[in-house]
Amino acid sequence: MSHTSEEMMAVAASRRLHDGTVCFVGIGLPSKAANLARATHAPGCVLIYESGTIGAKPLNLPLSIGDGELAETADAVVGVPEIFAYWLQAGRIDFGFLGAAQIDRHGNLNSTVIGDYDHPRVRLPGGGGAPEIAASCKETLVILKQSPRTFVERLDFRTSVGFGDGPGAREQLGLPGRGVTAVITDLGELEPDPETFELTLARVHPGVTADQAVAATGWPLRVRADLGESTPPSERELEALRALRTADEREPAG
Amino acid sequence: MAEIVTLEEGIAELVSDGDTVALEGFTHLIPHAAGHELIRQGRRGLTLIRLTPDVIYDQLIGAGCAAKLVFSWGGNPGVGSLHRLREAVERGWPGPLELEEHSHAGMAAAYAAGAANLPFAVLRGYAGTDLPGHTTVRFIDCPFTGERLAAVRALRPDVGIVHAQRADRQGNVQLWGISGVQKEAVLASARSLVTVEEIVDELEPVPGAIILPGWVVTAVAAAPGGAHPSYVHGYYERDNAFYVRWDAISRDREAFGEWIREHVLEAAA
Repeated sequence: MSHTSEEMMAVAASRRLHDGTVCFVGIGLPSKAANLARATHAPGCVLIYESGTIGAKPLNLPLSIGDGELAETADAVVGVPEIFAYWLQAGRIDFGFLGAAQIDRHGNLNSTVIGDYDHPRVRLPGGGGAPEIAASCKETLVILKQSPRTFVERLDFRTSVGFGDGPGAREQLGLPGRGVTAVITDLGELEPDPETFELTLARVHPGVTADQAVAATGWPLRVRADLGESTPPSERELEALRALRTADEREPAG
Repeated sequence: MAEIVTLEEGIAELVSDGDTVALEGFTHLIPHAAGHELIRQGRRGLTLIRLTPDVIYDQLIGAGCAAKLVFSWGGNPGVGSLHRLREAVERGWPGPLELEEHSHAGMAAAYAAGAANLPFAVLRGYAGTDLPGHTTVRFIDCPFTGERLAAVRALRPDVGIVHAQRADRQGNVQLWGISGVQKEAVLASARSLVTVEEIVDELEPVPGAIILPGWVVTAVAAAPGGAHPSYVHGYYERDNAFYVRWDAISRDREAFGEWIREHVLEAAA
């Protein structure tokens, strides 16, 4: 079965989740990946959406972070102050998923502005839950298409912290989580070097070369000596992924 | 005891030009009808507070009601940008818009502090980001452990406005499903207006429902359908297609002005 690069991204992300993993999920690819994990190898994966739904088990892919179906299928629905204080900040979440407009070599993310803050070229939506997800989840997974405009030498604004300026930065800032443990792109997977905490190319997706990934990165991307190749999506993974639909896709409105 | 009013009376009595106003709602129960009444009554110079300013804040900003926005995520959920918000920030149209930007965790903690009548909240947040250089946040040391923590000033709006499923004739409000920060927003505010789908003789218990007793609410107004295009659990679904359509309407000043004229200014409350 052939697959798209976006499907490869969702599958690669879902494989990082295990049965019982507690994930803080956003809309889009993260939600797809987490629901795919639940539909395949990790039925007991716990999905938490920042709208306060804990243990949501949606039948349909949610279109918004606060869909009614998330509340109806959740083990518990709590308020927003509680979800951030008692659940995220308290360190109860294993994985946080984040996207961004820009990422740097230390996994720091920008989702605030392109250009100067006071006179931005593009005003982006802003951090939302991201700064504290990146701070307090035990691990952060970033899902982001790779291009030199996105994978940049210098962020225009640091919205969320990966490894700050390098080794020791998280400890110095008092950030409890381990930081970004993987960046899943349309070309491969980047992981932090255990000593420098610089993101390096750990794996390429089938049909992609290391040179392509290097060319799509705005800093001199280092390639791991033991560079691997992602296992292509299995038939079961692709079928489960393609069966995930939003309610509107199942019953088109009007 | 909350006064039962019409939406028009509620906005006229509770909200003045220059007030700090929080219209809260987290995807669910967003008080669109109340926002439209603010536009119809021509309020100006408002400081608008909300974690997730979305389409209704885009409309208030584009209609010239806002001078400042206190927020943590300003987008059209699942669709993209808020083009009226962007044009105000990027080009100062229809007027300059001052921003005070936070994270969700910071805003939520600040509302909770406001509801608790405390001057500030502490949280493990903001550290290492560029936000502290652009917003009101300080770092303090825990007096017991020495841990460095972020402190955010409590949110104390002049007026908190939320939408709920229903209220009784004494103004006791019942709200269920995803509850966001609505309870905190009402308790943190000096005055509050709750719009509801219906006013009933007696509130039947619903599992997990929040009750805002009538004596902490200033006014309650019936506004059936008042959360559309957002949804009301147990009453109607989210109009996802509207959020998609809004993108094209809000991209263009004229299309936006036309939409506001037709659907807000010339529509009855």
